Amino acid sequence: MAGISKNIMSKSPWVVHVNCNSCNGCDIEFLACLTPIYDAERLGIINVGTPKQADILVVTGSANYKNIDVLKNIYNQMPEPKVVVAVGACACTGGVFHSCYNVIGGIDEILPVDVYVPGCCPKPESIIDGLIEASRILEEKRIKIKNPDKGVAI
Amino acid sequence: MAKTVIPFGPQHPVLPEPLQLKLVLEDDVVVEAIPAIGYVHRGLEKLTELKDYEQSVYIVERVCGICSFMHSMAYTRGIESIMNIQIPQRAEYIRTILAEIARVQSHLLWLGLLADSFGFESLFMETWRYREDILDIMEMITGNRVIISANKVGGVTKDFTDEHIKFILDTINRLEEKIKDVENVFLNNYTVKQRLAGIGILTPEDARELGALGPIAKGSGIPLDLRTTGYSAYKYLDFEPIVDNHCDSYGRTVVRIKEIYQSFQLIRQAISKLPSGEIFIPVKGLPNGEVISRLEQPRGEAIYYIKTNGTKTLSRLKIRTPTFANIPTLLKMLPGSRLQDVPVIVLTIDPCISCTER
Repeated sequence: MAGISKNIMSKSPWVVHVNCNSCNGCDIEFLACLTPIYDAERLGIINVGTPKQADILVVTGSANYKNIDVLKNIYNQMPEPKVVVAVGACACTGGVFHSCYNVIGGIDEILPVDVYVPGCCPKPESIIDGLIEASRILEEKRIKIKNPDKGVAI
Repeated sequence: MAKTVIPFGPQHPVLPEPLQLKLVLEDDVVVEAIPAIGYVHRGLEKLTELKDYEQSVYIVERVCGICSFMHSMAYTRGIESIMNIQIPQRAEYIRTILAEIARVQSHLLWLGLLADSFGFESLFMETWRYREDILDIMEMITGNRVIISANKVGGVTKDFTDEHIKFILDTINRLEEKIKDVENVFLNNYTVKQRLAGIGILTPEDARELGALGPIAKGSGIPLDLRTTGYSAYKYLDFEPIVDNHCDSYGRTVVRIKEIYQSFQLIRQAISKLPSGEIFIPVKGLPNGEVISRLEQPRGEAIYYIKTNGTKTLSRLKIRTPTFANIPTLLKMLPGSRLQDVPVIVLTIDPCISCTER
């Protein structure tokens, strides 16, 4: 817990959520993380509307041929350092829809994914776990950008 | 005056889903709204032609995560009527109770998102806190919170124990009191009323002409509720469709809040009449024929057309979801409204884009 609070205190991660090809199941579970029972805000995690203020990109649902540009556009608007979290079976691999004609596959076909949260739908506890892991990776990336010679030390 | 075009979506803070509307504005008044959909198209109907008809239950559950139970219910009811299966009474009642629980969950979710759309964050949090109690019921009975997979061809997979029934009754009794507080804010608070009353007007004539369904039709004074046709166990239950004559966003909110209380009543009635016996009968043979299966979802009427050819897979599945029928009413409501009211109006049709595009 001390490690977690140290990371969170050093940077309160702001999250932007993108629904790619999801059935809403993961979206509402992600929103449930922010509401009183789970309350991700106590860990400093805030959901923001614009990618330009966000550190973590939470993607639910798989990639398809229409939303590929939207997703890339949102990712490119985010400032460095940035972390991508794939929430749900669809975002990880394509899930039950992996053999559909309009589904390319998991998000990792398009973006570099740092954290995978499996499940259909994942419970809010596991999504929060994924966000904590993402904030740790965010801190690593931040140190790397500050001291490019030193490499990773955390 | 010069016209401006503002894209609303596909990624927008108000909507969790990618719906794009191109809004043509004069000053801040919407002149025209052009929808662009297709961001969530997966090709799910085609997938059911590759899978076993029993596996397809799990695919249609994932048409939409909010009304997932009702999608599987419509599909299994369709297949059962093709195969002439009479499922046990207890299974019909369990399906009805779970469908009503899912309806309460969906309406509470919608109320929260509505509060969020006009920036009332604490009301959003409050409503979603109560929604968690409903999800606890789902989790206790089936083991999952959102996609519960309780249906299969021939009955249901999960039975109610006495403990479950006690938990359901306790929870809905407690929630009914709490929702009265929230209802008071939604319907009587001055600020909330200013954001809802007179916004997004849809006359009964327009609602009929454009084919409005569910709470949108009911909010415009049309008593359109497929549950009154008495499918599943609804024929044994006593209820009247809820209607409101405000014909605006306020009216639709009233309908949905009243429907929550109605669902509580239906759950109590169904539990008091719950028969004992089997919850599932074994299914033999393969379906051969075609059927149209309809039922009332939280957003309106869903239509399933199922065609089978005596093999394991389906030859065609066509799903018409309520949001698809309600988008024309949205395009009717938007012109003439101010830009700041657009999120509220879009939310009052309770858009479910993943249903619409599948």
